[in-house]
Amino acid sequence: MKPVLDRPDLALIAKWIKPGESVLDLGCGDGALLKHLAQTRGVHGYGVDVSADNVKASIKNGVNVIQMDLEKGLVGFGDQAFSHVVLSRTLQTVRHTEGILREMLRVGKEAVVSFPNFAYWKNRVAVMDGHMPVSEDLPYAWFNTPNLRFFTIPDFEDLCAHVGVTIRERQVLDEKGLLVTEEPNFLGSLAVYRLKRQAG
Amino acid sequence: MAGFFIFGNELISVSTPAASVGAVESRRAHFDQPLLLRSGGIMPAYDLVYETYGTLNAAGSNAVLVCHALSGSHHVAGYYADEPKNVGWWDNMIGPGKPIDTDRFFVVGVNNLGGCHGSTGPSSIDPATGKPWGARFPMMAVIDWVHTQARLADLLGIGAWAAVVGGSLGGMQALRWTITYPERVRHAVVVAAAPFLTAQNIAFNDVARQAILTDPEFHGGNFYDHGAHPWRGLRLARMLGHITYLSVDQMAEKFGRELRDGSLSFGYDVEFEVESYLRYQGDKFAEFFDANTYLLMTKALDYFDPAREADGNLAAALAKAQAAFLVVSFTTDWRFAPERSLEIVHALVASGKEVSYMESDCRYGHDSFLMDDKPYQDVVRAYMENIVL
Repeated sequence: MKPVLDRPDLALIAKWIKPGESVLDLGCGDGALLKHLAQTRGVHGYGVDVSADNVKASIKNGVNVIQMDLEKGLVGFGDQAFSHVVLSRTLQTVRHTEGILREMLRVGKEAVVSFPNFAYWKNRVAVMDGHMPVSEDLPYAWFNTPNLRFFTIPDFEDLCAHVGVTIRERQVLDEKGLLVTEEPNFLGSLAVYRLKRQAG
Repeated sequence: MAGFFIFGNELISVSTPAASVGAVESRRAHFDQPLLLRSGGIMPAYDLVYETYGTLNAAGSNAVLVCHALSGSHHVAGYYADEPKNVGWWDNMIGPGKPIDTDRFFVVGVNNLGGCHGSTGPSSIDPATGKPWGARFPMMAVIDWVHTQARLADLLGIGAWAAVVGGSLGGMQALRWTITYPERVRHAVVVAAAPFLTAQNIAFNDVARQAILTDPEFHGGNFYDHGAHPWRGLRLARMLGHITYLSVDQMAEKFGRELRDGSLSFGYDVEFEVESYLRYQGDKFAEFFDANTYLLMTKALDYFDPAREADGNLAAALAKAQAAFLVVSFTTDWRFAPERSLEIVHALVASGKEVSYMESDCRYGHDSFLMDDKPYQDVVRAYMENIVL
């Protein structure tokens, strides 16, 4: 029986990675994505996480994991060493946003990024009601959130243009993990991108 | 480079283990097939003392080799029936239900050739002369130890180790095993190690050596023949080494600027508590350790540099390894800092090996690898549990 990835963005990301490719999963948590990729399509990879608990959980899952602080970049990983560098639901927790995007595309041929869309309609309603949003994809209270950055789909795309990153594909999901095609910045709770370096 | 495990209880209390392998016995094996050494020398015949815990399974697939560091020995876990306080140096890691679980694994500890805990070493009698080897004992390299350990594995009926495990110089042996006998190591656990020593590290070792070599009682290494013992040099070497195994914060916390008698005496006797501690550690160590063993162990550390075989490219040197790796470092270890472990990790990643890496924030410097640090022990446990037998 195939293990089921309980996070829809991970299921989406997994489909983008072909058998035999190599993956660096930044902020890998318990290693669920890599475990799934290894078991279902023989993908070789490494997770990176700063937390000792997550390192232990990944090792328990039989996943290669390297304890490192992403704020220090990806020093030590070779240029274009991986076919995919994944950063799922982590970009909003990183201080050096531009730096990590550049590093991902130095180390990987393709970067895969997912993040919660702050402009999702329920978040807008929460702010209109005078409160910071708490939702499926932004599950923390303002005082205990690990999230440092709150940004929207067009904000992120502006940053990509600024950093010189080409968007290969974008998928937007609602809170239930269903694909959103209309009005993504209003109806989308989570955005998932495939990025590559700008040619030339 | 292992630290003060034997006498460290004063500085850090190592908690009494809940489950011990119990009373253990050392065994001795004789090898008479000459061993060609990295130095070009030959060891015609030698003895190794070792201990084993747990039971080797029928397939021979559950064996774990534990390699020791500078001052360690084959006495890794348990205690001796006639010496109940002589507890093995990694007893908190190895035993029934412990991270390296002897209910599951067959664990082997061996005293390295050139050591002073029972294996043939500089203080042993050279059968050719009837006198202690002394200065004529050949220089050892990490690869020489690995070859002797492989012969011990043959003797014990172990084709491939489920894991080779070690901290510090022991971690270097584990790393070397994966390159020299790639088909005989399935997993390597490399703790608080480095792919080679920095100039600063060699410098520390050389000061330690100079302390011994310039001791008038050393007699060029043949002090046994003179009924002498270079304890002053050995004591200084140990005091220096010991400082480098501890962290700044830990020493500040434990000793600070505490005065032994509460006031300054304006003399050179012990005034500060840290002086008292270090002198005591030095004295105890110098009583039993062999000066020539200390010298050759530090040289083996200095020589270690497996990347040399691949023009300095560690990833290329490790390319032939078949093992999966767990690498662990400690934030407060400045003798073998986390950056040095990361060099190993990145070389393994670059050559596509299976590797996991943990940096524990344990406070006890280089000697953290011997301590009861739960996050570190939990990770080793999780890793060992996943080893397929």
